[in-house]
Amino acid sequence: MAVFGPRANLFMTATLVGSFWVGVLLIAAIWVVPLMDYNSQQRFAPDQPVPFSHKHHVSGLGLDCRYCHTSVEQSSNAGMPSTATCMTCHSQIWTNAAMLAPDRTSLAEDKPIRWTRVYGLPDYVYFDHSIHIAKGVGCTECHGAIGDMAITRKAHSLYMSWCLSCHRDPAPHLRPKDQVFNPHWRRTNSTPSPEALLVQYHIKTEALSDCGICHR
Amino acid sequence: MRWRSSTALVIVSMSVAACDNMANQPKLNPYELPFGSQINWPVRPVPHTIARGDPLNPPGPPPVSMALLERGQQRFDIYCSPCHSRLGDGNGMIVQRGFPHPPSYQSDALRNAPNQLFYDVITHGYGVMYSYADRVSPADRWAIVAYIRALQASASASLSDVPAEKRSSLQ
Ligand code: HEC
Ligand code: HEC
Ligand code: HEC
Ligand code: HEC
Ligand code: HEC
Ligand code: HEC
Repeated sequence: MAVFGPRANLFMTATLVGSFWVGVLLIAAIWVVPLMDYNSQQRFAPDQPVPFSHKHHVSGLGLDCRYCHTSVEQSSNAGMPSTATCMTCHSQIWTNAAMLAPDRTSLAEDKPIRWTRVYGLPDYVYFDHSIHIAKGVGCTECHGAIGDMAITRKAHSLYMSWCLSCHRDPAPHLRPKDQVFNPHWRRTNSTPSPEALLVQYHIKTEALSDCGICHR
Repeated sequence: MRWRSSTALVIVSMSVAACDNMANQPKLNPYELPFGSQINWPVRPVPHTIARGDPLNPPGPPPVSMALLERGQQRFDIYCSPCHSRLGDGNGMIVQRGFPHPPSYQSDALRNAPNQLFYDVITHGYGVMYSYADRVSPADRWAIVAYIRALQASASASLSDVPAEKRSSLQ
């Protein structure tokens, strides 16, 4: 009896070709899928109970972020507007709009609107808005051109590599203190240089990528 | 037999490890309810209590300083200018879009009104204007009042009130 049957060569080729493709798939699963927007939900805009538009309210009406996200300067959490905050205006204008019906039932039934989260970090990551605001990192550095978004979408992956890309070299992302909330800020000739801002805010980059900064 | 139990061990430990959900730990984040909690939304402070660290009695007006006025200007521009406009004349952006017109701060009634009235309007609202107490802290309310007083004073200022070296920039 021969050890190798007549079809042994075929088996051999099939196995080689098969394991090649398994390898390709594995590499794709491990390296490529995490980089895809589908996985990081980048550019992803979930449906919201009310189609709230930052473009209308921020760029159109000139509202400051803090009118609605009040705690962003003092707290780790930016804070979401209460129904009463919407009603400071919508008790008088656009009072019959169908789009705003969830707002009105929320007020009548005394139940808050539950917005769908766009940005979210896993529980093992520690993040704090207030320090970034205090050190001149503008909202749009992390949340993209939110002043032009009719529906809020995720501008960055929020991967660790993304946080680190700035923590290793924050200087180009800094701006003067009074421009942090401006959704349309551009660097001009009169803006202090990135290095000058780094000194002004007393930022020490040596320790900023230590694991304990974000994993405590 | 031996290989069977060790395979079982590997499979069990791998599936146990997969259950350990690091991304969703028993840690409470803002706006998150404890898992399986019976607490109903909205969770509100118990009536007639104050938050830890808040003063028992609201603070009185602090002495006016440049820092106070600058803080007042910043807070006014965030919370009041959408309706009252940066000048305080009541022609803000939201009013241009159909919100009822508030009285101008330059009206005689508001020029002669006591400081406490402005503080109370921010705290409790007035007519169609909602309360801003949830967003403007007591200290910031006094800063806004001081800034409104500065706005009122500036409307009746004349060129001779401006320091001599700055006049040319206005002429
Ligand atoms: C009129 C109130 C209002 C103003 C002003 C406002 N926002 Fe919002 N913001 C909302 C509401 C309501 C939501 C929830 C709905 C949504 O995601 O679009 C939200 C959601 C967001 C989110 C997504 C949060 C998440 O994870 O789901 C970000 C980021 C954000 N706002 C940033 C900003 C920035 C930056 C500014 C200033 C340039 C700003 N907002 C001004 C009301 C406001
Ligand atoms: C400071 C006043 C103000 C606040 C606060 C405010 N809005 Fe509005 N909103 C407006 C105005 C004014 C318009 C009409 C826009 C226009 O005429 O261009 C509008 C329009 C809208 C519309 C329909 C128009 C559109 O295309 O977006 C929705 C939906 C809406 N607002 C939702 C909300 C929600 C939800 C909140 C609370 C998070 C909120 N608004 C808070 C002033 C406000
Ligand atoms: C350094 C990057 C960064 C900057 C700058 C930043 N954000 Fe965020 N923001 C985040 C991250 C990350 C999250 C998700 C936080 C989480 O899941 O705990 C978030 C979440 C939010 C949320 C949802 C509520 C919350 O706090 O989880 C709002 C609203 C928001 N940001 C508004 C703002 C506004 C307004 C500004 C500017 C004043 C701003 N952000 C500046 C990174 C940033
Ligand atoms: C665009 C730039 C930028 C991005 C993106 C960014 N950071 Fe930061 N972060 C900074 C700067 C600047 C500081 C202030 C450093 C200092 O105080 O010297 C800071 C400080 C911090 C601190 C406080 C450090 C301390 O000393 O206590 C934490 C925590 C933090 N960042 C977490 C994060 C996390 C988590 C992410 C990603 C989700 C992130 N940051 C993304 C710029 C950034
Ligand atoms: C600037 C903030 C920051 C620093 C510094 C940082 N991390 Fe992270 N790390 C993150 C964020 C954000 C995530 C979550 C990424 C995600 O959502 O996939 C993360 C995720 C992780 C994970 C889990 C990965 C996974 O896929 O589950 C590990 C492990 C980790 N970090 C280890 C480290 C180590 C080790 C260091 C120090 C060398 C470090 N981190 C420093 C922000 C940081
Ligand atoms: C959404 C628009 C809006 C905003 C924002 C707003 N107001 Fe008003 N305010 C009004 C309107 C409208 C009236 C007139 C109310 C009436 O007569 O029913 C008014 C009235 C007033 C009055 C006059 C009360 C009187 O006795 O005549 C004062 C003072 C005042 N507001 C102060 C403020 C301050 C301070 C802020 C910022 C913290 C503010 N308002 C924000 C709309 C607004």
